[in-house]
Amino acid sequence: MTTLFTSDHEWLKIEGDVATIGITDYAQSQLGDVVFVELPKVGRTLKKAEAAAVVESVKAASDVYAPISGEVLEVNEALSGEPALVNSDAGGKAWFFKIKIADRSELGGLMDEAAYKAHTA
Amino acid sequence: MLARDGQTPLERTPLHGLHLSLGARMVPFAGYDMPVQYPAGVLREHLHTREKAGLFDVSHMGQLALRAKSGRLEDAARALERLVPQDIVAIAPGRQRYAQFTNEAGGILDDLMVANFGDHLFVVVNAACKDADEAHLRKHLSETCVIESLPDRALLALQGPKAEQVLATFSPDVAAMRFMDAGPRKVDGLACFVSRSGYTGEDGFEISVPAEHAESFAKKLLDNSDVLPIGLGARDSLRLEAGLCLYGHDIDTTTTPVEAALEWSVQKSRRADGARAGGFFGADKILAQFAAGAPRRRVGLRAEGRAPVREGASLFADAISAEAIGKVTSGGFGPTLNAPVAMGYVPTSLAGLGTKLFAEVRGQRLPLTVAATPFIQNTYKR
Repeated sequence: MTTLFTSDHEWLKIEGDVATIGITDYAQSQLGDVVFVELPKVGRTLKKAEAAAVVESVKAASDVYAPISGEVLEVNEALSGEPALVNSDAGGKAWFFKIKIADRSELGGLMDEAAYKAHTA
Repeated sequence: MLARDGQTPLERTPLHGLHLSLGARMVPFAGYDMPVQYPAGVLREHLHTREKAGLFDVSHMGQLALRAKSGRLEDAARALERLVPQDIVAIAPGRQRYAQFTNEAGGILDDLMVANFGDHLFVVVNAACKDADEAHLRKHLSETCVIESLPDRALLALQGPKAEQVLATFSPDVAAMRFMDAGPRKVDGLACFVSRSGYTGEDGFEISVPAEHAESFAKKLLDNSDVLPIGLGARDSLRLEAGLCLYGHDIDTTTTPVEAALEWSVQKSRRADGARAGGFFGADKILAQFAAGAPRRRVGLRAEGRAPVREGASLFADAISAEAIGKVTSGGFGPTLNAPVAMGYVPTSLAGLGTKLFAEVRGQRLPLTVAATPFIQNTYKR
C-alpha cells in the first residue's frame, strides 16, 4: 500500500485500483473542531481537482478536492454521526471516500510523505 | 510588527504578549493582531464559558469618557441623545444601557454601551468603528461636551456562571452588582471600571483595567482553574447562540433598529409622543417604522440537519422559487445546542416564529425554521 499527498492537504492510500481519501492531520489541526462533513454520493464520477466533499469547523467551511479522477465506490458514513473523528484520527478512521482510480498517470503529480512534510514545514 | 495587506501594521492590545505565551493562534481583526483560538480550541472554549468562566481580551474596543462642559451630567446625556434613539437622560448613576448611533437614513453607524458614572458618561464602542465614532461625537457634541478617548485602558470580559465567584476574590463588591450595573470599582487594588454585562448570553463582567496592569491582572484571573482564555472564534459562536447582533454583519448602515428587531432598546421617551420623542439622526424613518412596521426584520433561524448555514447564504420562501427573499447575516454551529444556528433578514410577512424557509448552501436548498432568540437561555443576574 502506498500513501500519497496533495498540496491541498488530502491523503490517498492506494490499494490496487482503489484510492481511499482523507484529509491530513495538519489540515485538521488548521481547521479546528470539525462539526459537519458532507460526503459525495456513491456512484458519482469525480474529476481531478473537483470539489468532492466539505468539512465544516465551528468557524468555516472548507472544500475537499478529488485528488484524482474516478468513480466514488464507498463513503465513510461514520463521519456523518461523528464528525469529530476528523480531529481525533484524520489519517485513519476518518477517511472520507474511496474511488476507483480512472487514470493512474494522475498519481504522478502527488507527493510522498517526505515531500508533504517538507510542504507543510 | 506584523503587516496587514503588506502595508498597514496591525495594532496590539496590552495582552498581546500574553496571548502568544498562551499559544494562541493570532489573526488580523479590526486592525489588531488578535487571538482567534487557544490550544483548547473553539468548541472547548465555547463550552467552558457556558459551564465555568471564559476570559476575553476586548481591549481593541474603544473606551471613551463624555463630559458636559457645564459640569452637569444631564447636559452630556441630552447631547448624546442627538446621536442615539435611546433614553440616555434616564440612565441612573451606576447603570449602563445598550444604544446605537444612527445616521440620517435611520441606519446604524455602530452599537455601543453607555454608562452613567455619576459625573460623566462612559462609552464602549466597536473596534472597527471607534475612530469614526470618536469623530462623530466630536463633530456633533464638541460645543457642549469634552470627548476623551481612553487608549491607556485595557478591557477584559469575564463571562460564565463562575465569573462572579472568580472576580469577587479580587473585588467582593462585584457580587452585589446586578445585570447592567456599571461604575468605578477597585479590583485587585487597581482603579477599574466594572460593568455586569457582556456579549455571550452568560452572566459576567467587563473590566476596564489600566493598560500597564492588564497582563498581570489577566494572569491572576487565569490562575483560577475555572478560567480559560477564550478567542474570537468562541466569542462569535457564543454571541450568535445568544442572538446578539454583530456590527458589520447583523446590523450596519443599511439596517434600522426596527428592522434589526432592536425596538426593545429604544425607550418610550424617545418614541412618538414620548417626553423627548425623536431628535436623533434618522428619527423620521425609525419612528415611522415603529408606527407602521418595517418591510423586513432580523430573525433567528434553526436548520433541520447538521450542516451550518453561514453568512451570505441566500434565503428562499420555498424549495423551488428563483428569487431570494433575504440573506443570512450570521450563521454557524452552536456548540451548546450541538446544532447549526443563524440570523438573517426576511420580509416581515415571513418573520413569524415557526415560518418555514430555505437557505441555499452549495446549490442545495436546506429547510430552516424562524426561531426565537436567544437560542440559549440567558443567565443574566437581573
